[in-house]
Amino acid sequence: MDLLRSEPMQLVQLIIPIEAAHRSISYLGDLGLFQFKDLNENKSPFQQTYASQVKRCGEMTRTLRLFKEQMMKAGISPPTRSTKDSGLDLEKLEVKLKELEAELLEINANNEKLQHTYNELVEYKLVLEKVGEFFSSAQNNAVARQRELEVQPIVETSIDSPLLMEQDATCPIKHIKLGFISGLVSREKSIPFERILFRATRGNVFLKQAIVDHHVQDPLSGDKVHKNVFVIFYSGERVKSKIIKICDAFGANRYPFSDELGKQFQMMTEVSGRIAELKTTIDAGLLHRSTLLQKIGYQFESWNLLLKKEKSIYRILNMLNINVTKKCLLAEGWCPISAARQIQKVLLQATMECNSQVGTIFQVLQTKELPPTYFYTNNFTCSFQEIVDAYGIAKYQEANPGVYTIITFPFLFAVMFGDWGHGICLLLVTLYFIINEKKISSQKLGDILEMVFGGRYIIMMMALFSIYTGLIYNEFFSIPFELFGPTAYGCRDPSCRDSTTIGLIKVRDTYPFGVDPKWHGTRSELPFLNSLKMKMSILLGVSQMNLGIILSYYNAKYFGNNINIWHQFVPQMIFLNSLFGYLSLLIIVKWCTGSQADLYHVMIYMFLSPTDDLGENQLFVGQKFFQVTLLLLALIAVPWMLLPKPFLLKKQHEERHKGQSYSLLYSGEDPLESESHSIHLDHKEFEFSEIFVHQLIHTIEFVLGAVSNTASYLRLWALSLAHSELSSVFYDKVLLLAWGYNNTIVLIVGIIVFICATVGVLLVMESLSAFLHALRLHWVEFQNKFYEGDGYKFSPFSFTSLTDEDGI
Amino acid sequence: MYGFEALSFNIHGGYLEAIVRGHRSGLLTTADYNNLCQCETLDDIKMHLSATEYGPYLQNEPSPLHTTTIVEKCTLKLVDDYKHMLCQATEPLSTFLEYITYGHMIDNVVLIVTGTLHERDVQELLEKCHPLGMFDSIATLAVAQNMRELYRLVLVDTPLAPYFSECITSEDLDDMNIEIMRNTLYKAYLEDFYRFCQKLGGATAEIMSDLLAFEADRRAVNITINSIGTELTRDDRRKLYSNFGLFYPYGHEELAVCEDIDQVRAVMEKYPPYQSIFAKLSYGESQMLDKAFYEEEVKRHCLAFEQQFHYAVFFAYMRLREQEIRNLMWISECVAQNQKSRVHDSVVFIF
Repeated sequence: MDLLRSEPMQLVQLIIPIEAAHRSISYLGDLGLFQFKDLNENKSPFQQTYASQVKRCGEMTRTLRLFKEQMMKAGISPPTRSTKDSGLDLEKLEVKLKELEAELLEINANNEKLQHTYNELVEYKLVLEKVGEFFSSAQNNAVARQRELEVQPIVETSIDSPLLMEQDATCPIKHIKLGFISGLVSREKSIPFERILFRATRGNVFLKQAIVDHHVQDPLSGDKVHKNVFVIFYSGERVKSKIIKICDAFGANRYPFSDELGKQFQMMTEVSGRIAELKTTIDAGLLHRSTLLQKIGYQFESWNLLLKKEKSIYRILNMLNINVTKKCLLAEGWCPISAARQIQKVLLQATMECNSQVGTIFQVLQTKELPPTYFYTNNFTCSFQEIVDAYGIAKYQEANPGVYTIITFPFLFAVMFGDWGHGICLLLVTLYFIINEKKISSQKLGDILEMVFGGRYIIMMMALFSIYTGLIYNEFFSIPFELFGPTAYGCRDPSCRDSTTIGLIKVRDTYPFGVDPKWHGTRSELPFLNSLKMKMSILLGVSQMNLGIILSYYNAKYFGNNINIWHQFVPQMIFLNSLFGYLSLLIIVKWCTGSQADLYHVMIYMFLSPTDDLGENQLFVGQKFFQVTLLLLALIAVPWMLLPKPFLLKKQHEERHKGQSYSLLYSGEDPLESESHSIHLDHKEFEFSEIFVHQLIHTIEFVLGAVSNTASYLRLWALSLAHSELSSVFYDKVLLLAWGYNNTIVLIVGIIVFICATVGVLLVMESLSAFLHALRLHWVEFQNKFYEGDGYKFSPFSFTSLTDEDGI
Repeated sequence: MYGFEALSFNIHGGYLEAIVRGHRSGLLTTADYNNLCQCETLDDIKMHLSATEYGPYLQNEPSPLHTTTIVEKCTLKLVDDYKHMLCQATEPLSTFLEYITYGHMIDNVVLIVTGTLHERDVQELLEKCHPLGMFDSIATLAVAQNMRELYRLVLVDTPLAPYFSECITSEDLDDMNIEIMRNTLYKAYLEDFYRFCQKLGGATAEIMSDLLAFEADRRAVNITINSIGTELTRDDRRKLYSNFGLFYPYGHEELAVCEDIDQVRAVMEKYPPYQSIFAKLSYGESQMLDKAFYEEEVKRHCLAFEQQFHYAVFFAYMRLREQEIRNLMWISECVAQNQKSRVHDSVVFIF
C-alpha cells in the first residue's frame, strides 16, 4: 500500500565542495528525487553567486531564439528530436554559438544590402515601365489632339465643348519648361500624399498615378506593400524642393526618368540586366544561408536541451548558500528516505569524477516543518492520483483517497453510464490509445486529445465497469438481450400482447444475472427500474460515506489522535448509521423478504411519531423498539460531536502550557538549550472561542451533510435513468422509425443520425456529465468525511520535466 | 450619469479598468528601484527588468545594450498597453484616451519644427519623437516655413487643428515663437481636455480637474521661470497661462509680474497645496523644483487609483508609466556613465 500514505520524507543538508557542485547538481537532476529549498530568497538576481553564468545562458538562449526565428523565416523546421548528444560543454557551445551568430548576421547583412539594391532596381523598372507607358500615351493623345485641332479650326462653339480641353492643349505651348519627378509611393499613403502636394503647392502641380498590381518589396523596410507609381509635373525650383521634401516625408522613393525614348530604352535594358545579375547573387546568398541554417537546425534541439539543463542547474546553484571560505556550497532540501542511498551514491560519484579532495557531506536535519507529500505513481495510478490532487494535495502521510478512487471512481461513473454497448465503444477508443501509447506520447496532441490521452487508463476502467453495469441493467443501445438464458416470464394466455406485466406469469427460474429482458418496453419498466436504481444509489452512497468515516479513523489512529477517534469518529459513525445505515438495512430486508412496506413512511414517521404503531409497514419484530433506540442514539451523537472536543483540547493545551513553563524554569541557566526548547514548543495562541465555533460549524455540517449527501447520491439514479431513456429515444424514434419506412435512403439517413446522436450525445456529452458527477461525489461527498488536503506536493529538481516544456 | 457610476460604469469601462489596474500593479516598486540602483552594468539592469513586465520586450536584445534601447523598448511596452486599451475602448473613453496623446503630439510637432529649423535630418528627428504622439503626415511638417503653412499643410488634419486658432501668424518660424506656439497649443489643449472632463461629469470630472489643474499650475510656474530674463512681455506671458487651476485668476496676475525665482516662490506659498513642495527646498534653488513637482504629481496620480469607476486611472497610469520610463532612463544613464552617486538625484519612486 505505497499509495495510501506519502513516502516518508526527510530534510537533508548537503555540503558540496565547490568544484563538484555543478556535476553533483546535474546528477541529482538526472535522478530527480531531491527538492531544493531556496536559501537565497531575499537576494536580488544579480547578487547571486552564479549570476554571470545565468546571464551567459540567457545570452545563448537569445542566440538560439534568433536562430529559430531565422529558421522559421527560411521555412526550415528543426528535427523534433535529435537522438545524439552533441557532447559539448557550455564554454564550447558559447564560442560556437557566437561564431555561428556572427556568420549568420553577416550573411543576413549582405543579403539585405543586395536585396535593397535589388528592390530598388525592381522599383526603378516599374517606374520606367509605367511612366514610359504614360508618356507615350500622353504623347499619342497630344499628337492626336493637335491634329484634331489643326483639322477642325475653332468652329464648334457649342456649350458642350469642354473648356478645359482647350486649356490643356494650349498649356504645353505656354510653359515649355516643365520639370517632373517620378517614383513610387505606398498605396495607403497615396491619397494624403496627393492632398499634401496640392496644399503645399497651391494646386500648381499635375500628379499622375498608376497602380502596380502586385506587391512590391519596399527597399527600406523590406515589407511587401501595394504601391503606386507617380509622376509629378511642376514648374519652378522652389516647388521642386518642396516636392522632394514631401516625397521624403512620405517615404516615396524617387527615380530619375528621361523623356527621350532612346535613353529610356537604354536604361531599361541596363536595369533588366542588373536585376538578372543581382538575382543570381541573391540566390547564391540565400542558398548559403539555408545550408548554414540547416546545419544549425540539425543540432538545434540538442543545444536547446543542453542550455535548458545548464540554466536549471545554475538556477539551483543560485539557491544554495555559499560558505564564507568559498570552498563549499550548502544545500538544503527534501528527499524520500528510501532514496537516500541512491542520492549518496550519485553524490559520491560526482565528487570522484571531479577529483575533489573531500566528499559531499550528506546530513539529515531534524525539523518541525511539514514535509512535502510524495506518492510513487505509475502510468496507471497517476491519473487517478491527479483527480485527487486537483482537489487538494494530501497532508503529509494522510490517508490518500487516491487508492480507493481507482475502483470507486470508475464504478460510480459506470452506475450512471450503464450500457455495455457504449462501454465497448469507449473501451475500443481507449484501447487504441493504450496500445499506441509509446507512439502517441512522443507527438504533440491537441488540447482535448491530450486530456483524453492523459486519462486513458481512467477511461479504460470506466469502460470496463460500464460493460459490467450495462450487463446488470441489460442495456445494449437500449436493446434487451437474453444473454444469460431465457426470460423468466411468459404469457399466461395468447392475449397478453399489450405490453403489460399483468398478463405475465413466472414460467421459469429467475433470470440469473441482472435485469430480466422482459421488463424492457413494458409499462411497468420505469417504476421497477426506478425503485431498483434509487435503492441501489442509497446503498452505494451510505457505504462510500462509511468508508470515508472509517478512513478518518485510520488517520486519527496513525497520527495518535485519540480525541478524534472518540469524539469525532465514534459519534459520526453512530449518527450516520442510525439514520441512513438503518435505511439501508430496511432496503435489504425488503429485498430479501419481498415485503410491501412503504419505506418513506417508515423513515418519516420514525422522526415524527416514533412511538406510533407501524402497522402494515412492520418489516421485522421489535422494529419499533429498535427505531426508538436508533433515534435516541442519533440524538445523543450530536452533542457528543459538538461539546467534548473543544474542552478536551483546551485541557490538553493548558497541561502542555504548564509543562512548558516548568521546563523553561529548569533550563533557564543554559541559554542554548532554552532557545532550542522555545523553538520546539513555540505554540500557536490557543483561542477557545475559535476552536468552539469551528467545531460547531463542523458538527452542523456533518449533521446536515448526512442528509444532503445521501440525497446527493440519488444523482446516480437520475443520471442512469437519463442515460437509458436517451438511448431508448434514439433507438426507438430514429433507428426503428427509419426502419419502418422500408426505404434505403431513409434508412441510411436514419443510421447516420443515430450514429451521430449516439456518439455526440451519449458517448461524449453523457460520459462527460457522468464523469463530472462521479468527480463531485468523490470530492464532496466522500472526501469531506476525512480528507484535509492542505499539504504541498513534492516537486523534485529533475531534467525530465525540462524536456516536456515547449519553446525557449 | 452622475452619481450612478457604480451602477453603469462596468458595462463599458469595467474590463478596461480591470486591465489598467492590472497594468498599474505591474509598475516597479521601491524594492525594484533599490535593486536597479545597485546594478553595475546595463546588462544587470536588463537582467533585473527581465523579471518585470518589461521582460518580453528586452529579452531579444543582443548584449551590448544602450540606454536608448532600454528606453525605446520600455516605451514600446507603454505604447502596446495604450493601443490595446484604445482598441477595446468605447465612447467616451476612447476620446478620453486619445486626449492623453495630444500632449505628445504637441511635443512632437515642436520637436520636428525646431529640428528642421536647425537643419536636422527628418528621419533622425522622427526617431526621437514619442511614439504616442505620432500622426500620419508628421514628417511633412518639415516642409512648412511659417505657422500658417504649418497649419494649412499638416495640422489641419490632426486633432490639434482647433488649438491652432490662436497662433496663426505669417511670421517665419524661430525658436522664440515656436516655444510660444508650444505653450499656446498646450494651453488650448489643457483647457479643452478640462472642458471635456467636466462634460463627462462624475468622479472623472472631479479627479481629472484636480490632476489637470496641477498640470496647468505647473506649466504656469515653468513658463514664468523660463521666461524670466527674456524679451517676453508680461502680457504675453499672462496669455500663456491656462484659464483654470488653483492660480487662476489671481495667482496668474502675480506670476505675470515675477522677476526672479523667489518671487515665484512667494506667490506659490500662498496656496496651501503647494506649500509642501517648497518645504524641502532652500531659497534660490530651482533645479530641484522639477523633481519636487514630479514627486507631487506621482503622489496625486497614485491617489487617483483610490477611487473606482472613473477614467482618471487611465490618465494616471499613462503618466506613472512615463515617469517610470524617465526613472529607468536616468538610472541607466547613471549606470552607463559611472555616475552612480547621482542616481538618487532624479529618480521619483512611484510606490
